Amino acid sequence: MIKVEFLGPIGKAPMEMEASTLADVATRLKEESELSAWLDKCAVALNDTMVNDLTTKLKDGDRVSILPPVCGG
Amino acid sequence: MELYDGPLDVKEIFGRWLDEEAESNYGAYIPFVGTIRAEDDIEALSFDIYEPILQKWFDEWQEKAKALGAVVKMAHARGDVPVHTSSYVSAVFSPKRRVALELIDAFVEDFKANAPIWKYDVKNGKRIYAEDRSTPMDGSGLLA
Repeated sequence: MIKVEFLGPIGKAPMEMEASTLADVATRLKEESELSAWLDKCAVALNDTMVNDLTTKLKDGDRVSILPPVCGG
Repeated sequence: MELYDGPLDVKEIFGRWLDEEAESNYGAYIPFVGTIRAEDDIEALSFDIYEPILQKWFDEWQEKAKALGAVVKMAHARGDVPVHTSSYVSAVFSPKRRVALELIDAFVEDFKANAPIWKYDVKNGKRIYAEDRSTPMDGSGLLA
């Protein structure tokens, strides 16, 4: 089981799911209609490290963060 | 890296940073201050920060600065920051001015693009995500 958390303005409660790669997470999140406006502009972190590869393997207890567009300062 | 709830005490921070590096033999100290402007009838801006990734982002910049013989520092506000007060300050110290001038430019621009901070307008006490001014981080769209 892994955990997916949604940061900043997305405003969605964390989800837990079975997933062996980030591609599995993508497939599951695309089923969530409230995320349809977000996924194409969100970056992804695995255990607080930015990731950029759908084949990234996941293990039990991993935490995936979804980061929407930013504007600090 | 310093995070504060509410507006920054700019004079205290810059004065302290100056004291911290007083004996470090840096020839240049270039500060940057971000101040909330009164526009579009906002009362304040408000900020969410995801600290673990912000810290890693900042640590990488400290390494880049160190390789150039320089130091970067930053402070940012969490929560509401009223107009005409500061939400963000940063600075570069370096032995000579050229490195500091170039580094503050690159550092502040990358900060705007990749620091995990989310901005909201505050109008009539309500927070509204500043979507039109926000930038997708590097690697966005991976899960789309």
